[in-house]
Amino acid sequence: MSQETILQFSTAILLLPLFGFLVLIFFNKRLPRQGDWLGTGILFLCLLLSVIVLAGKLGSYHDEVLQYKFTWVDWGNVPGVGPLKLELGLMVDNLVAIMLVVVTIVSSLVHLFSIGYMHGDVRYGRYFAYLGVFTFSMLGIVVTNNFFMMYVSWELVGLSSYLLIGHWFEKKSASDAAKKAFVVNRIGDIGMFTGIMILFANFHTFTFDDIFAAMQSGAIPFGSEPWLTAAGILIFAGAVGKSAQFPLHVWLPDAMEGPTPVSALIHAATMVAAGVYLVARTFTMMTADALIVIAYIGAITAFISATIAIAQNDIKKVLAYSTISQLGYMVMGLGVGAFTAGFFHLTTHAMFKAGLFLGSGSVIHAMHHALHHAGDHHTDPQDIRFMGGLKSKMPITFWTFLMFTLAISGVPFTSGFLSKDEILAGTLAFSNLNGHPIIPIIGFLVAGLTAFYMFRIVILAFLGEHKDPHRIQEIHESPLTMTVPLMVFAALSFFAFYSFNPFGASSGWFYAAVPRPASVVPGTVAAPGVEAFDEALHHSHSLAMILSLAVAGIGILAAFGTYYWKKISADAIADRLKLLHGFLMNKWYFDELYEATAVNGTKGLAKAYAWFDNRVIDGVVNGVGSWTRALTLGTSRNWEEGSLGAVFYKSISAGLSLYIGWLVTSALMSPDPTFGQIVWNGVLGLATAGLTFFLFYVGVGGFDNKIVDGLVNAVAYLAGFFGLISRRLQTGKVQTYLVFVILGVMVFFLWFR
Amino acid sequence: MDLFTIVFYFLAIITLGAGAVVVFSRNIIHAAFALLFAFFGVAGLYVLLMADFIAITQLMIYVGGILVLVLFGVMLTSQVLDVQMKSGTIQTFPAVLVVSALAGTLVGIFWSTPWKTTAAAPMEVTAAKIGEMLLTSYLLPFEIASVVLLAALIGAALIARREKNA
Amino acid sequence: MAQEFIQWLSHPGLNHFLIISGILFSFGIFAVLTRRNAILVLMGIELILNAANINFIAFSRYGTGTLDGQVIAIFVIILAAAEAAIALAIVLNIYQNFNTVNVDELNQLRD
Repeated sequence: MSQETILQFSTAILLLPLFGFLVLIFFNKRLPRQGDWLGTGILFLCLLLSVIVLAGKLGSYHDEVLQYKFTWVDWGNVPGVGPLKLELGLMVDNLVAIMLVVVTIVSSLVHLFSIGYMHGDVRYGRYFAYLGVFTFSMLGIVVTNNFFMMYVSWELVGLSSYLLIGHWFEKKSASDAAKKAFVVNRIGDIGMFTGIMILFANFHTFTFDDIFAAMQSGAIPFGSEPWLTAAGILIFAGAVGKSAQFPLHVWLPDAMEGPTPVSALIHAATMVAAGVYLVARTFTMMTADALIVIAYIGAITAFISATIAIAQNDIKKVLAYSTISQLGYMVMGLGVGAFTAGFFHLTTHAMFKAGLFLGSGSVIHAMHHALHHAGDHHTDPQDIRFMGGLKSKMPITFWTFLMFTLAISGVPFTSGFLSKDEILAGTLAFSNLNGHPIIPIIGFLVAGLTAFYMFRIVILAFLGEHKDPHRIQEIHESPLTMTVPLMVFAALSFFAFYSFNPFGASSGWFYAAVPRPASVVPGTVAAPGVEAFDEALHHSHSLAMILSLAVAGIGILAAFGTYYWKKISADAIADRLKLLHGFLMNKWYFDELYEATAVNGTKGLAKAYAWFDNRVIDGVVNGVGSWTRALTLGTSRNWEEGSLGAVFYKSISAGLSLYIGWLVTSALMSPDPTFGQIVWNGVLGLATAGLTFFLFYVGVGGFDNKIVDGLVNAVAYLAGFFGLISRRLQTGKVQTYLVFVILGVMVFFLWFR
Repeated sequence: MDLFTIVFYFLAIITLGAGAVVVFSRNIIHAAFALLFAFFGVAGLYVLLMADFIAITQLMIYVGGILVLVLFGVMLTSQVLDVQMKSGTIQTFPAVLVVSALAGTLVGIFWSTPWKTTAAAPMEVTAAKIGEMLLTSYLLPFEIASVVLLAALIGAALIARREKNA
Repeated sequence: MAQEFIQWLSHPGLNHFLIISGILFSFGIFAVLTRRNAILVLMGIELILNAANINFIAFSRYGTGTLDGQVIAIFVIILAAAEAAIALAIVLNIYQNFNTVNVDELNQLRD
């Protein structure tokens, strides 16, 4: 398999979903089954190609970066900048190859799942079209080799997430959520844009390789290290928006208003992964300061959302906060320097989180139909308090869901255990090297909380007895299109796919494929190097494993104790800590805080602008308008006689007229004038001034009315006069005209004979 | 007086006599049939001028096509037994003045002008040569004429069609 | 003088044809000017076209010696056919709408 083949396959993987989108968006109504087979088939084809690409890349070109470049625009030698051209292209390294598989596997299974889940939807065909463009955008972020195309795809992801979250836009909450996701993402994107522009302004290229190579050779933005840090943090701001990191995480829970498979797609593979991927891609240019910021943002995000997840009752909301928390984990992992672990967690998390969402979709789907059958239209099918005892009714969903829960909780022999353990070890190593002990503490705490709230869902939804069994009598397992993806994801949550050693990922192929890249920033501001980090990592590994097992076990036990054996009363604790519970329940009041500050602040600013626009700008415009009117209509018709404006206008025009008269006089003067000349020129100047003042007085409009119109009217009068005469000759009879023609011809004959 | 002269005057009399009937007859049917003879006369003149192809074309198109069309027009627009058949004239007197002036001018000029003529070429078959010219130097006008005919065909059908809701 | 005239008469040439065509042309004009019936106006137009054709062919025969005049005559005939078809269609249409084909009564578009 040659390099060209791999690049061609990658191009095909990128473009096929776009093709599917174009066909489906225009022709979905004409295609049988509204074209769902087309979108799904294309994605499975992409998946096949991705697997081939990954195998080829790892098998034949393990350590090479395959690139395909072309010059899109060549501006030539731009003055003040030098040669400037825009190079675009594709790149396939191990990171890309793995991401391709992750994205296509999740997207294809989500497509398959949607066939069952979205059955009978009003915009079924359009939904599949949007899934296609979403996948295309995400793949665009992944395979590109430059910031330019990445930013374009980045915004396309924003757009397609808007379309999909707002798929059921008749619901106000859904359209609001779509808008919120779009706007909040935009805030992060501004930062990313600024960061990219800082890099472009300094390096005159968007290509990753060229930028990093320039940095390696010692060039840094504006020659100052703080600028480098700023560029890194600004680019990270884009990731903050897309990957729902604190403080821009508020859009993600609301995005649950979209269809559940879309949530799975957003949360596992396409949108939120983009941010983490961006950090991984630019990891090499991050300074130590930037990495600390990233690590702290990740830790704070992980902690806040894990605490919120405990107090939520909506199954999808819990999963949403769990996603944010896990994303925080990945970002924290990347921030502390555990590059491979962070990216590894992205991969494993994609599998089990997609599974969790699809599983919850299966549950919601079943609940919805059962409640509908029971004639109950008030109970929320997504509320875990109304579930329970679903284990026997939906065995496949239950067992796969349990598998995903074990994985996300970090129980051994799952993929989640491998990646989580590595991140925790990384945080320990980081704090050994740099201090900041709060980061590993948060890491372990969040691991425990995760195990707790995830088992809370499992216990409440699947185990125990339903409070009102007849209501779920009709509940049954979802169709095959929905359960097959669940089983595939469950299988992919086992450790064996990533490393044959269940207690250490570092011996697996993944670690070999994605080593931590060497930093390209100057040594003074770089984070501790790979060797020092690995050394520290080695020492903290066993400790991390024991601690993570312990906290996971405690979390699971606490969940069983509270919700299964009822040894601890959750309600009593909630009562005791009413304030805290309310605080968590209301998501730390982030929405309210933003409403009060950012939203109202913006509204206030808009009002201020409106005032400025109405009063100041309109005032200036109106002032100009009335002076122009005065010039055209003359004083008499613009202002009342004696008003301030009229006096003002008259005095200015009088002064101007005198000045023009003076100019005329002085221009006419010869160097040595006689007395007669002086008198004559003075009279001419005065006459000019008088004429000018008259023109000002009657205005341009007056001139137009009196003189120009007069001429025009005279011409019209003459034309009318001659018209009256010639009308006599116009009888309207063709014979008459023919006679005139004959006479004319005869005149010609006689004239020229 | 050779044969040519006799035939020429014979045809000239037919042509002009029939033309006069067309113009002065008050009966529209008589006028139409006189037109037939006028066309025949003209065709004969063409033969005298050694334009055999044009003469045949004249017979085919004028007599066979246009005249039949005119007759159809007469039949469709006049109540045959009606007084309408006798078509009146208008402004006869001024028209006579103008037209006689015109005719005088034309004939005078035609007669008095010393035309530069070449010796009459021997008789030959013209159809082949005309066909060749139509497809070489006059190709573009020829093609355009075909388009004009097509347009006229469609247009005539469209205009003459009795509209249901008119 | 009279001898000359008789001589001229007995040797038909270009002038004779031209004069016939001129008279025929005048007849046509007269028909167009005086006839009330649109179909008779059309017949006048046909006479005019025939007169023109005689001219073309006469000049082709005696003047240039080439066949260009005859080709032009063919085009004139083509146009005459097209014109006759369209004009008669219009006449029929007028008759359907106004129940008359007298050109002097068709003045609805005037003023």
